[in-house]
Amino acid sequence: MTVSRNKINVLIIRTAGTNCDAETKIAFELLGAKVKLVHVNELVKNKKMISEHQIIAFPGGFTYGDDIAAGMILANELKMKLQDELQRFLRKNGLMIGICNGFQVLVKTGLLPGNKQWQQEVTLACNDSGKFEDRWVHLRKSQISKCVWTKGIDEVICMPVAHGEGKFIAKNKTILKRLMDNGQIVFQYCDKEGGLSVYPDNPNGSVEHIAGICDATGRIFGLMPHPERCVFKTQHPRWTRGENAGIPDGFEIFKNGIEFLKKA
Amino acid sequence: MMFWRIEVKNKPQVMDPVGQGIKRDIIDLGIDTVSDVKMIQVYILEGDITKQQVELISGQLLSDRVIQEYEFGLLEDKKFRVKKKKNFFVVETAYNPGVMDPWEESTKKGIRDLNVQGVHSIKTGRRYLINGRLFAKQLSLISEKLLYNKVIQHVVEVEHLKKTLIAHKEVNYEFKKNTVDLLNLFDRKLIALSKQMQLSLTLEEMQIIQNYFKKLKRNPDHCELETLAQTWSEHCCHKTLKANIKYTDTETKKTTNFKNLLKSTIMGATKKLNKKWCISVFKDNAGIITFDKDDNICFKVETHNHPSALEPYGGAGTGIGGVIRDILGVGLGAKPIMNTDVFCFGPPKLAVSKVPRGALHPKRVMKGVVSGVRDYGNRMGIPTSNGSVIFDERYTSNPLVYCGTVGILPKEHSFKKVSSDEYIVVVGGRTGRDGIHGATFSSIELTHESETVSSGAVQIGNAITEKKVLDTLLQARDKGLYTAVTDCGAGGLSSAVGEMGEDTGARVDLEKVPLKYSGLSYEEIWISEAQERMVISVPKSKLKKLLDLFARENVEATVIGTFTNTNHLELFYEGTKVCDLDMHFLHKGVPDTVRKAIWKKPKIKKSVMPKTRNLNSSLLKVLGDLNVCSKEWIIRQYDHEVQGMSVLKPLGGVNNDGPQDAAVIKPKAGSKKGIVVSCGINSRYGDIDPYWMAVSCIEETLRQVISVGGNLNKVSLLDNFSWGNTSKPAGLGELVRACLGCKDASLAYKIPFISGKDSLNNEFTVGGKKMSIPPTLLISAMGVVENVEKVISSDAKAPGNAIYVIGTTYDEMGGSSYCAVNGLSSPDVPKVNFKNSLKIFENLSSAVNKGLVRSCHDCSDGGLAVAMAEMAFSGGLGMEVCLSGLKHAIDKKDLSSETLLFSESNSRFVVEVEPRKQKMFEQTLKGVPYSLIGQLKDERKFRVIGTNGTVVIDCPVEKLKEAWQKPLRW
Repeated sequence: MTVSRNKINVLIIRTAGTNCDAETKIAFELLGAKVKLVHVNELVKNKKMISEHQIIAFPGGFTYGDDIAAGMILANELKMKLQDELQRFLRKNGLMIGICNGFQVLVKTGLLPGNKQWQQEVTLACNDSGKFEDRWVHLRKSQISKCVWTKGIDEVICMPVAHGEGKFIAKNKTILKRLMDNGQIVFQYCDKEGGLSVYPDNPNGSVEHIAGICDATGRIFGLMPHPERCVFKTQHPRWTRGENAGIPDGFEIFKNGIEFLKKA
Repeated sequence: MMFWRIEVKNKPQVMDPVGQGIKRDIIDLGIDTVSDVKMIQVYILEGDITKQQVELISGQLLSDRVIQEYEFGLLEDKKFRVKKKKNFFVVETAYNPGVMDPWEESTKKGIRDLNVQGVHSIKTGRRYLINGRLFAKQLSLISEKLLYNKVIQHVVEVEHLKKTLIAHKEVNYEFKKNTVDLLNLFDRKLIALSKQMQLSLTLEEMQIIQNYFKKLKRNPDHCELETLAQTWSEHCCHKTLKANIKYTDTETKKTTNFKNLLKSTIMGATKKLNKKWCISVFKDNAGIITFDKDDNICFKVETHNHPSALEPYGGAGTGIGGVIRDILGVGLGAKPIMNTDVFCFGPPKLAVSKVPRGALHPKRVMKGVVSGVRDYGNRMGIPTSNGSVIFDERYTSNPLVYCGTVGILPKEHSFKKVSSDEYIVVVGGRTGRDGIHGATFSSIELTHESETVSSGAVQIGNAITEKKVLDTLLQARDKGLYTAVTDCGAGGLSSAVGEMGEDTGARVDLEKVPLKYSGLSYEEIWISEAQERMVISVPKSKLKKLLDLFARENVEATVIGTFTNTNHLELFYEGTKVCDLDMHFLHKGVPDTVRKAIWKKPKIKKSVMPKTRNLNSSLLKVLGDLNVCSKEWIIRQYDHEVQGMSVLKPLGGVNNDGPQDAAVIKPKAGSKKGIVVSCGINSRYGDIDPYWMAVSCIEETLRQVISVGGNLNKVSLLDNFSWGNTSKPAGLGELVRACLGCKDASLAYKIPFISGKDSLNNEFTVGGKKMSIPPTLLISAMGVVENVEKVISSDAKAPGNAIYVIGTTYDEMGGSSYCAVNGLSSPDVPKVNFKNSLKIFENLSSAVNKGLVRSCHDCSDGGLAVAMAEMAFSGGLGMEVCLSGLKHAIDKKDLSSETLLFSESNSRFVVEVEPRKQKMFEQTLKGVPYSLIGQLKDERKFRVIGTNGTVVIDCPVEKLKEAWQKPLRW
């Protein structure tokens, strides 16, 4: 893992109920990033911290218990208290990643798929199975995705999902079509060979099997699967069978984010 | 003050998974006339807010506009009234007054973030719209069984929404000192008083308390009796296990006197083994052992049986919440890194008519317990990676719920010490009326009336409150802001403060304790078991820093008193003293009990085992045994990978759905060192002989550790006893036997116990009939793995590899799955030869360490046949074995193929070895019994050639897998 030049500053935002912050921090640190883990309360008091970072990550968990709906209360808080600063951060070409609950937050703020008014256009609803499920899934990368976090990644990769509310639904067909035409669909759930298929390959019943999307610039990325849970060889469910011998798929995602900024 | 009602529901074209789930459950109840169920989320806001503000709250916060729509209005608005229609029913549920509404706090926060300030209270509810033909009786069955639990919720009268307003009314509490007339009571009245106050104290104990107060020449306060009852409860001080017991074994005709059963058996063995790596055993909230040069690890398993019987969801959730707090309260606080769960339920397909009055149906208990552990454990961000589930009709009214947590803590934070003059600070949740009398309640048997009488004993949990405590407490620990910590578990503040101040004394001003709502009496504040609270001892100089830190994380921290140097527990309410007890009397005053125990071997008939040519169907039946079959439905609902440390997950194999023997995690990113956790439980053996049950359970946990590539160098054990009734000599005799088994195995393997817990009153009385659980011992093991990259899994890896069986098979069909599914019986319970077993463990462990083993699976429930079948189908491969190759199947006579395949003899493993490594492997195993019996095949068939040379099993592996997966695939 080569680390060169100046360190990339990553800000991980946590609050009550966040629980994947530590491993997300580890994933970025493996790539030599300088990571700050901050409680949203502190961030609201010290808003300029946002501009001191180049990547903002929203980790997984159950922010505020996922009461009302997953990610809703934190999304509301960000919109009401930090909208201007986050907008400025994005204008200055910052990157964002939202994983699982972080994806739910990004979607509910309207930052994903993204429009000027921060209006929510898509959602992540209750799984069709009606329950939380943890399983490893296969993901197919879209050929036309403009996401900067997934450049050069294999066509079919493997990552775990662990959520109760991950069913991707767009408000209407126009929005869905726009996302597809625009290269904003990043990952779709698939089978081992990359074919689109039903439950449990599509673990939650997502429309068009959508597992992750990006904004129109490709710099904001949200996904239900957990890349931070596959950055070490022994995290793979079949490592004892000799699979996952190369660079773990999750690691590649964080690496892309960091390298994009280094090249920029 | 106005009441607004907001209803949120999914748009018509959007699926409603909650409604659909309920519809499936209704079919499970045997009602097939319901065509559709829909759920509406209801919010009732009380406050001075305008219509525009309610609109804003509904649109911005309470509904997801992509898929939902909402309606709002004043509470009594006509539009919320239900119009009567044929074949259409409405049931609305809400929380009972005083029960914490889990969404209230977070929803209030969301509303404040919207800059709306006037909302005073929020109550949530659910309205269900049911379409279908139903009789009134069926509707109430659906409501009671599926839609609400009367312990915490009620059905709202939809005709009179205003009348049944669910917001909680403020009640003022007027202090009145509550003295109990004790000094003048005769024995009969003493007993009556103990019963009336739900103290669960015996006559002897009541007399000792009476004498104590006679000397003081005063009557006790209510609060003092409560404190004594809680501290002396079976739940908190384990009277039975610490009793002096006269034990007679009718077989050997020998009588032994145990002075303190626990100390003379389990704890005695640990003491004798005197392992240097044991840091703290049987003292703190959990046992602690060393991990590496910087950190120690700890492990605790608790039971939460009675609450889970009454309210499975809340009971199990607070069970896991409670054991996590144990870990937060060990030393100066450890970080929880893994949860375990083990359950015992009645059969999920039990006929409704067989469920005793007052008990819930096993399937409902199971679904409730699983979702309770799921919602709490997942929200805490702790992986639930190991567990087990067993079924027996005798668990129907007394389900068992064991929850365990592993933690890691820096070495220097492994001990606590309270000093005089430090502040007593309570942090986390507020105190409410929930969980009054939990400690004493769990020390008595359940009856069909428990549901109403003891409903206060059920606690309501809120995982996020506890997660915040976790996040903040560990920061405070690392900054050195407190000197001692303990959790508020059973007995609440009474137990926590009483324990912490044992060597100093403590003074608490009860009116300072923050409350969820007004109206609690001082006794209620003192004994409430409200969840998510911890007590810490804070030096005066650190207080400000500590309070600031907690405030930053929105966690309440309140000074409620000080630790003193009086050696007395003194409680005050608004300046009036309501309790003054000598700490020594409180903690050491409980009388030693002398008990009689008798062991009489049960007479069990040895059935003639049927001889069949074809054992296909036998194997399919055993694979479908509920105790054997796949628990994937449960496992998947738990996040077993959060924290990113999993090395061996609960399910593995080519399709990630095969069973694994133990869980392995790697707790530090920069190190290859790991922790292995396993468990053993088998009450079928206990029905024959609790001694061998204990030994077998210990063997099983150790086998699992070896099987995944661990070794016995640094393995520690926990015991959890759940017994039906130990008040009779026979029941106590079974307990003694199990303790003896634990002791013998611990000494033989040189594996110490580091912690344990017992729950000894799992009996249910209805109509004068007592129903008791079988003696059930859970053994949990935690060990250290030097290099996780040497860990192996149980799924078969490659065709052509050789299959070995390690160990000896005996005619030990007693308590086997084969007997259970075929309605047979045998007194021949599996035993262990410790010397042989140890040798096998050592040699096999060395072979794995040398990289000679490709996969390994231990033989447990279902015997050799199940172990081999699981290995094959998990790896998606075929297997062909020949039983005549089983050299080490020695007994007085030749064993039949059935016995070889299904006997559950201990110390056995199935091992896969690559051909090029066979020679080295066999050399490494020199001196232990092993047999090369077959090979893995490309063709997915499981073929077994019997002792007489004919094929006895020939079955596609998919079919075996289907039989194994089907029973609990809900």
